[in-house]
Amino acid sequence: MTTDNYAIAGTPTAKAALKSDAETQGPRGPKPKRLSPGRIGVYAFLVIAALFFLVPLYVMIVTSLKDMPEVREGHIFNLPLRPTIDPWISAWTSACTGRNCTGLSPGFLNSVKITIPSVIISIIVASINGYALSFWRYRGAEFFFNLLVFGAFVPYQVVIYPLIIGMRYMHLFATLPGIIIVHTIFGMPILTLLFRNFYAGLPIEIFKASRIDGAGFWQTYFRVMLPMSVPITVVAVILQVTGIWNDFLFGLVFAGPTNIPMTLQLNNIVNTTTGTVAYDVNMAATILTAAVPLVIYFVSGKWFVRGIAAGAVKG
Amino acid sequence: MQTSVSIKDLSLAFGSVRVIEQLNLEIGQGEFLVLLGPSGCGKSTLLNCIAGLLDVSDGQIFISGKNVTWEEPKDRGIGMVFQSYALYPQMTVEKNLSFGLRVAGFKKEEIAERVARASEILQIGPLLQRKPANLSGGQRQRVAIGRALVRDVDVFLFDEPLSNLDAKLRSELRVEIKRLHQRLKNTMIYVTHDQIEAMTLADRIAIMRDGVIQQLADPHTIYNKPVNLFVAGFIGSPSMNFIHGDLEGGAEPTFVSNGVRVPMKGYAFDNGVPPSGTTKGVLGIRPEHVAIHDDAARMPFTFDGEIDIVEPMGSDTVAWIKLAGQSFTFRCESEVVLQVGQRIRLGFDPARGSLFSADTGDRL
Amino acid sequence: MADVATAGPGAPVVRRRRRLNIQSIVATLPMIIVSFSVFFVGIIFTIIWSFTDSGMFPGFHFVGFAQYARLWSTDLWLICVNNIWFFGLMSLVVNLTAGFLLAVFMDQNIKQESLFRSIFLYPFAMSLIVTGLAWQWILDPGLGLQQTVRNLGWTTFELAPLVHQETAIYGLVVAGIWQGSGVTMAIMLAGLRGVDQEVWKAARIDGIPAWRVYLFIVLPMMRGAVATAFILQCTGIVRVFDLVYAMTRGGPGNYTYMPAMYVINFITVRLNVGQGMAAATMMLLPIALLLVIRAIVVWWNERRAGLNA
Repeated sequence: MTTDNYAIAGTPTAKAALKSDAETQGPRGPKPKRLSPGRIGVYAFLVIAALFFLVPLYVMIVTSLKDMPEVREGHIFNLPLRPTIDPWISAWTSACTGRNCTGLSPGFLNSVKITIPSVIISIIVASINGYALSFWRYRGAEFFFNLLVFGAFVPYQVVIYPLIIGMRYMHLFATLPGIIIVHTIFGMPILTLLFRNFYAGLPIEIFKASRIDGAGFWQTYFRVMLPMSVPITVVAVILQVTGIWNDFLFGLVFAGPTNIPMTLQLNNIVNTTTGTVAYDVNMAATILTAAVPLVIYFVSGKWFVRGIAAGAVKG
Repeated sequence: MQTSVSIKDLSLAFGSVRVIEQLNLEIGQGEFLVLLGPSGCGKSTLLNCIAGLLDVSDGQIFISGKNVTWEEPKDRGIGMVFQSYALYPQMTVEKNLSFGLRVAGFKKEEIAERVARASEILQIGPLLQRKPANLSGGQRQRVAIGRALVRDVDVFLFDEPLSNLDAKLRSELRVEIKRLHQRLKNTMIYVTHDQIEAMTLADRIAIMRDGVIQQLADPHTIYNKPVNLFVAGFIGSPSMNFIHGDLEGGAEPTFVSNGVRVPMKGYAFDNGVPPSGTTKGVLGIRPEHVAIHDDAARMPFTFDGEIDIVEPMGSDTVAWIKLAGQSFTFRCESEVVLQVGQRIRLGFDPARGSLFSADTGDRL
Repeated sequence: MADVATAGPGAPVVRRRRRLNIQSIVATLPMIIVSFSVFFVGIIFTIIWSFTDSGMFPGFHFVGFAQYARLWSTDLWLICVNNIWFFGLMSLVVNLTAGFLLAVFMDQNIKQESLFRSIFLYPFAMSLIVTGLAWQWILDPGLGLQQTVRNLGWTTFELAPLVHQETAIYGLVVAGIWQGSGVTMAIMLAGLRGVDQEVWKAARIDGIPAWRVYLFIVLPMMRGAVATAFILQCTGIVRVFDLVYAMTRGGPGNYTYMPAMYVINFITVRLNVGQGMAAATMMLLPIALLLVIRAIVVWWNERRAGLNA
């Protein structure tokens, strides 16, 4: 392969003639990268924003490792002089909510008992819903789906009282199954939307091929669609675990005194004004409560982002 | 002729991948130069470098005598038309055309005059108040060209502008672009992978492969005297026939393949004389240079063959036979009756063909 | 074999099965039951009970608009309405603007983009209770930011919005922004990135400065993302409960009371179901309004598309 010096109108010109021009002394090669004020401004803005977002977490962590005398001094940004994990132990085992001083551990257990079944059930239901709505539509399906999506926008308080009455009627009020059902109900709209959009985005040919192979409703679901839906299921799990674990309102209304989730306990610990307030313990308790979804977030970062974008982008 | 665009020793690397190396190219004032090549050959990359949208790793770029290597695209005296039109979707056609001028601070009268001139040339006057969503593909492309026109520049860059259009629109707009060039006489650099566009529009074609210009010449030369195997195979549809064999040098050079001897008398070798000794080579003959029946007998080289496949194209017919054991196509008028299995006499003038070295692919 | 329904919304042809799609109906029974009973019947009951004089228990003794009359003459409710509008508008504007700005800056080929994105988004993973408590702490006059800055020498520094009635709501807004702008940023960034790169190239050739491209060309092209972020924020704002409950409990002096809290309070503490239902029905109105607007917009667009066809 030749790379001659091609000149005007195809007539060869001596390479020397071109090279001897003074032009070769002009600007050459890549543009010099000057750190322009614009660029500095961009980074400055982002760093300041990052600080704004990080400061509360920093303050919480730092405060939770201090003892009370140091906390009272009021230097919230200082690193602990005498770092101690006593606040953490207190928070977990002996912090008081009202008259009970059992720490957060019962709440943690309750949250786990509530979250795991709720996540499993709501995802199974939503996945099947999305599948059925994409491939096996029947008359009226769209109506109920639209109703469900409408439900996603309705503030909980609008339907909460009829739900309370309904639960009482079925003897499910203030029980563990009761709150699990509530979480499933309110998770259904978003999750069904998520799954339906996902299945609708798959090529219809896969489904048709499966039908031609003789597979029916459930067989196509279990053998073909379910395995393909792993990415969106992961996203759904992350969204649900985070949402349910962080929930407060439903826990307040439906959980009952024996199933208090961690978020509720946290609020009780912090906002009960009996005697002196143990801020360091409160901070430790706050971090403990936030720990589970935070860990999930940092572990599955990009899936989380995808989940938010996917869940939020509607058809 | 004055040089309009001059590219010296241009190199571009993305990380460790070297896309273009030490490329030199001179384009004359008012010339229509086409960068042609398969996907990934670097033609669009080169165009983006000329436009200033990509920063070069080494080398210099001159436009209208000025060194623009470090200049922003807006200061290079260029206008550009993109494959996806890239019109500003929320603005009317008139705003699309004038937005750049308004930002640059031109006076209202000047802007109006330029917009009027561009719309007159491109016949988009009635469309000025429409938004791009309400235009057809061809209209959108005209507006895109108009946006480059109002900039009143010397050099226009086209990045595969017709690739998004259907075949019929493509040929219509192709003619319009040619007419535009004849009227405006600006320098135009045009990137495409379509050889028909290249052949019909270009003053000169630069065929590129892997970041290197294979041949830079006018369409006629490229078609009839391709400089290597790649160019020969890329241009021409149906593509050139390639027969592999040996070239025996000497006073009477002959191309030999599987017992078939083709005399190469009259063939213009690159250095004037054929290479001495025996060289492995490839003989290239275009299907339309092959004569049949009686016409064949008048050719310096004739042979017989049995027809394998017949492809009627409507305007003419292409048929497949075997020469020296290798596939060979020839083209003839559609009135000629050809049947599979028919024995037919074919002939061609080897001097009109092309000989290539089998090792280097270069023209001999 | 009966025909198969084609999948996907907007599919041009839907061939109906000749016999009812029993299996599909059975499989989606939960959805049918839930959507109908909770989001249809439930809402109807809420509205019905708002016209009764139910006290501790739901009854059907109708009293016309009495509950609404009482509602709108209750100071506490008026405070709630005031607050939700102020909080809502402020949060919306700041959140969307901040989210957009953050997205624009993140779009500038930042080297540590994923690091920044993690930092901006992690607050969303935190419960609103946690958010409220953390910010309550930071804004505490004696032990939070104010004290720290005073210790540094600036002894008259004041930053304790939660203590004063008029400024408490600003504290809520800040906490809400902290928790939610990361998501808006993520949505906007996705929208930004979806814009055709060649439009950017054309703008560069035209010499349009970057800020103008973002504002006048890219932003209009991102309507989907903006709408999504807007809707997400609206729905979150209307139902705000956890944040307020944790941060101010509605105080000081009920000055940060919110409609959501009003409803819960009247149902569970004051045991006045009628009032609670009236308030709940009022909460439904903005959503209904949004839906109507959306329906009009869709109808308008379809009409315009038909005219231009």
